[in-house]
Amino acid sequence: MSDHDGSRHENGAENHSEQWNLRLYVAGQTPKSVRAFDNLKKICEEHLAGRYTIEIVDLIKSPQLAKDDQIFAIPTLIRKLPPPLKKLIGDLSDTERILVGLDLRPAERKET
Amino acid sequence: MTTPANPKANSTPKLEKVKTGISGFDQITGGGLPKGRPSLIYGGPGSGKTFFALEFLVHGAVEFDEPGVFITFEETAEDLNTNFSIMGYDLDELVAHKKIAIDHVYLDRREIIETGEYDLEPLFLRLGYAIDSIGAKRVAIDTIEALFAELDRESVLRSELRRLFAWLKEKGVTAIITSEADDNNRTRHGLEEYVADFVLHLQNRVKGHLATRALRIIKYRGSRHGTDEYPFLLGEDGFTVLPITSVGLNYDVSQERISTGVRRLDMMLGGKGYFRGSTVLISGSAGSGKTSLAARFVASAAERGVRSLYFAFEEAPNQIIRNLSSIEIDLDTPRHAGLLRFHAARSTEYGLENHLVSMYKLIEEGDPHIVVLDPLSNLLGAGEATAVSSMLMRLIDFLKTRGITMLSTDLTDEAAIPSRTDCSVSSLIDTWLYINFVEGNGERNRVISVLKSRGMAHSNQIRELLLSDQGIDLADVYVGLGGIRTGTARIIQEAQDKIDKATKRRAAERKHELMETRLKLLKAKIESLTSRYEANAQDMLAITHELQQEEDVETAVSATLADMRKADTCK
Repeated sequence: MSDHDGSRHENGAENHSEQWNLRLYVAGQTPKSVRAFDNLKKICEEHLAGRYTIEIVDLIKSPQLAKDDQIFAIPTLIRKLPPPLKKLIGDLSDTERILVGLDLRPAERKET
Repeated sequence: MTTPANPKANSTPKLEKVKTGISGFDQITGGGLPKGRPSLIYGGPGSGKTFFALEFLVHGAVEFDEPGVFITFEETAEDLNTNFSIMGYDLDELVAHKKIAIDHVYLDRREIIETGEYDLEPLFLRLGYAIDSIGAKRVAIDTIEALFAELDRESVLRSELRRLFAWLKEKGVTAIITSEADDNNRTRHGLEEYVADFVLHLQNRVKGHLATRALRIIKYRGSRHGTDEYPFLLGEDGFTVLPITSVGLNYDVSQERISTGVRRLDMMLGGKGYFRGSTVLISGSAGSGKTSLAARFVASAAERGVRSLYFAFEEAPNQIIRNLSSIEIDLDTPRHAGLLRFHAARSTEYGLENHLVSMYKLIEEGDPHIVVLDPLSNLLGAGEATAVSSMLMRLIDFLKTRGITMLSTDLTDEAAIPSRTDCSVSSLIDTWLYINFVEGNGERNRVISVLKSRGMAHSNQIRELLLSDQGIDLADVYVGLGGIRTGTARIIQEAQDKIDKATKRRAAERKHELMETRLKLLKAKIESLTSRYEANAQDMLAITHELQQEEDVETAVSATLADMRKADTCK
């Protein structure tokens, strides 16, 4: 809906040229993490097509990252870019909250 | 036949325990926390949960070669460093030597967006990673409740906590999980139910503007434990629990006697003085000489090389020393010789527990044979009566197991009957002396008596207690028609007695003399009468003789006449 509009006046979060760098922390191939990845992929394709990257970190393979990155729950999604850093936990099934949380749809108000 | 089998011992292996290294705590739990199991420690804010957890880890790492992991939800690295340095440890060094691993789990609900189902697997991974990195045997998680404050899905948290406790058990680490208490002295989120083995409650109450800390073991599966509250102290040495070393009354009793330092007082106590390891109470009103008797006891013990510890709650040690030198009691010499240690503190300065815990520590350090509490009544002001007596009982038990003689003084109301004022403590006392004043004749004089003295034939007499520049002595009191007389009245009475006696003797002597004279007179009379009798008798004899002679002459004359007249001799 805001794909072509940009609504720059809100906070610039949907700048088309902006690159999104997302990191999804999981712990093995659990149903929750598979679900989270699917949900994330869907949202990104819908809102950030062509300008996002998703990095998957499996904490079972690199547990020290859990401490270094202050991860306490899985799945956890971190928005590394654009700033500020955002932290979302859960299987990303609550699309409304994700969009608000990632500033992808700032308090949607339909103009005209 | 060769194996006296004990089937019970085989079927239920003895619960293994891990020493916390926390002073006193391992004693009251009979060895510490259950090994390889999670323990829950909860309490209100500032109740000492974090300190307990930290000490558990530090002692493990430093003393028992058991590295530990500290997972904190609250304290930052700087806070932790401060806490460790308070306890006298360098956290960085412990971490560098892989004795301790720390992971601060940072949670802030303002930065967390919950978007669906999640679990806390990363916490397990972090914990597991930390444990493996240093080969940890101990774990402390402080404070688990933070999760509830920062995350919304309580059902998830509960199932994850349940999983955590099971996971810790499986890992075989001895773990402490701290938790907040609610207003009803239970954990805020009912975590007790997850922990089957050990639950400890820490309390920090304020009663009558005095803070008291106490802990209570709520549950210790497979182990006997006291259900009492145990006072504890959070001091410069960290966490100290005042233990009940003897849960029963099975300490050794001594037959050995210790002189009171006053010969005649020894005489009153079966001739030998106090029993070693007994509890002596000297009650009396202000200025009655309680401190003097206590000091004399300590001083005479020091002369025999016996160590004492003197708790002065009322006067400064220097003042005590000065005052007692006026009655020839020298406490300065033993003090310099290290045979007498003073510890002075106002009883209202800290709570009762703090007093008793610090007393306990000083006793452990100094290992004295005699402990003096002067006065005990000041401690009574530091807490409720029941609390004081239960705490005193612990102290006394502690002293008795160590064979330490305790002498305490006790300030009583002059009008009050001592056996009533201290009913709370009297049963704990073995020998109880009572000093009071007898007024009369414009004087106040001290008299001392033995209210009770277990296990010895003590005197039932009242003695006058004399304090002078000659020292302490006892004197017999005068018991007469006018009741007890003491002081100058006694001296006067004694003099009067002497006079009376002399007078009586003189009167008797005079009577005796009088009778003697009388007898002498009578004797003289008898003698004179006898001589008169004899004289009369002789007179009578002489007369009889004369008469005979006259008759003879007459007869002769008449015969001659008849011859001459030639008269016939008829008739």
